[in-house]
Amino acid sequence: MQPTGRTVPAPQPDAESQPFWDAAAQGRFLIKRCTSCGETHWFPRTMCPFCWSEKTEWVEASGAGTIYSWTVMRRAKPPYAVAYVELAEGPRMLTNIVECDLDRLHIGQQVELVFGQTSGDGTPPVPMFRPTGA
Amino acid sequence: MTIRGAAYIVGAFEHPTRFAPDKSHAQLHAEVAAGAIADAGLSKADIDGYFCSGDAPGGLQSLLNYLNLEVRHVDSTDIGGVSPIVQVAHAAEAIALGKCNVALISLAGRPKADDVRTGTTPRIRHVAAPDVQWEYPYAIPTAVSYALAAQRHMYEFGTTSEQLAWIKVAASHHAQHNPNAVLRDVVTVEDVVSSPMVADPLHRLDCCVISDGGGAVIVARPEIARKLNRPLVRVLGAGETTKHQAGGKIDLSYTGAVRTGPAAFAEAGVAVTDIKYVSLYDSFTITVLLQLEDLGFCAKGRGGAFVADGNLISGVGRLPFNTDGGGLCNNHPANRGGITKIIEAVRQLRGEAHPAVQVANCDLALVHGTGGQLATRHGSGTLILERE
Ligand SMILES: [Zn+2]
Repeated sequence: MQPTGRTVPAPQPDAESQPFWDAAAQGRFLIKRCTSCGETHWFPRTMCPFCWSEKTEWVEASGAGTIYSWTVMRRAKPPYAVAYVELAEGPRMLTNIVECDLDRLHIGQQVELVFGQTSGDGTPPVPMFRPTGA
Repeated sequence: MTIRGAAYIVGAFEHPTRFAPDKSHAQLHAEVAAGAIADAGLSKADIDGYFCSGDAPGGLQSLLNYLNLEVRHVDSTDIGGVSPIVQVAHAAEAIALGKCNVALISLAGRPKADDVRTGTTPRIRHVAAPDVQWEYPYAIPTAVSYALAAQRHMYEFGTTSEQLAWIKVAASHHAQHNPNAVLRDVVTVEDVVSSPMVADPLHRLDCCVISDGGGAVIVARPEIARKLNRPLVRVLGAGETTKHQAGGKIDLSYTGAVRTGPAAFAEAGVAVTDIKYVSLYDSFTITVLLQLEDLGFCAKGRGGAFVADGNLISGVGRLPFNTDGGGLCNNHPANRGGITKIIEAVRQLRGEAHPAVQVANCDLALVHGTGGQLATRHGSGTLILERE
């Protein structure tokens, strides 16, 4: 796992999300795809939010994406970046942008997955993104 | 069936306090309730319907117990700070169906006294909310959510910080005449864009104030309204919705107002060009800009040009807004701006706004709110009111 310079509160998995966080602990980033309508969605649900079919499956995402919108919370110490990243697979997800120059973020910027450290024993890590090639 | 003409807003009261460490949360509800019923010229015994939001201390039941009210209709619909605007429509629906005659809607809080900084500090609203684990780790307080929408608007439409600043400037021009306003100094575009950055591109002066207090309104059936010696403010139409992340297909360029506006205009039977005054939710400057576009006061993407050069200033521009100073300068009690938006619209329609900001012949007003988090889940409500 690569350091991101940002440690955040650990998410609390539930019965529905446990497979996602188990995979994250192994360094794999999963998303959900519906085999009934073909749509990929975020955040992961058992039932497809588009057609309400329960025929959804976990698939490993590429980890590639682009910034749809971003901001830097300047009041925090230290400041941090929040973004909606549009995954290569389609869905837009909220996340942090790390390992980056906070003053050079821009919409359309290409980013790639990096798992971010969480407090406590550090698991599960959460999906974050950094500028491609950083 | 419609609520058009089914009910009137007969009482309105805004608490004068903006900092209330000496009062309890429930006490503030009681004081605004008493203020509104007195303003209507009615009494406690007349109230047979009660409405409050989910943030009321202990919820609706605790407040009814504290106020010692026995009612036959209750509603604690909560879609964020917009809720009282939606509740006026719900009260009109209940009155139309004979479920109550006189409805009290109250909102109050003391985030200033309690140092609750929801704008800049992330919080968990409900541990089992399905979205918490996918958002809370990233720290997304309210200001961040609205900043994400503002950033996208600038990218798609070329909106500038200077244009957003004009919204604060207009609010400050109105607030100078309001002795209760938190911020009474007139500010310039330069003041706004040179204030410290909170969350790019929103500066400190793009944000609303944090204040204690609250407000209440009384909604009554026509036969009762006509017996009262007050100007008649009639409910003409309304719309409500929520907008969310759409399974990952979220589009930050618009708000739920694209649905509530057309619904309200259709029910009211009026056009956007008929509106003389608007109360628009102003948690942040970007909130106002998006709502103006989505309600049809200007084309999508043209909000920046529309608000520039004082167009929202009463007596100066084409569309006077938030003549009390709004949440940006006057009051944002309980971190929820819905009730004060209704109250200032009632003042305008009655001709009881401050003379320096009163809109001439103000016979038709629109009230609109955006509650919750703009970039994730927000509630929207539109209300059209007419002076009869
Ligand atoms: Zn499906």
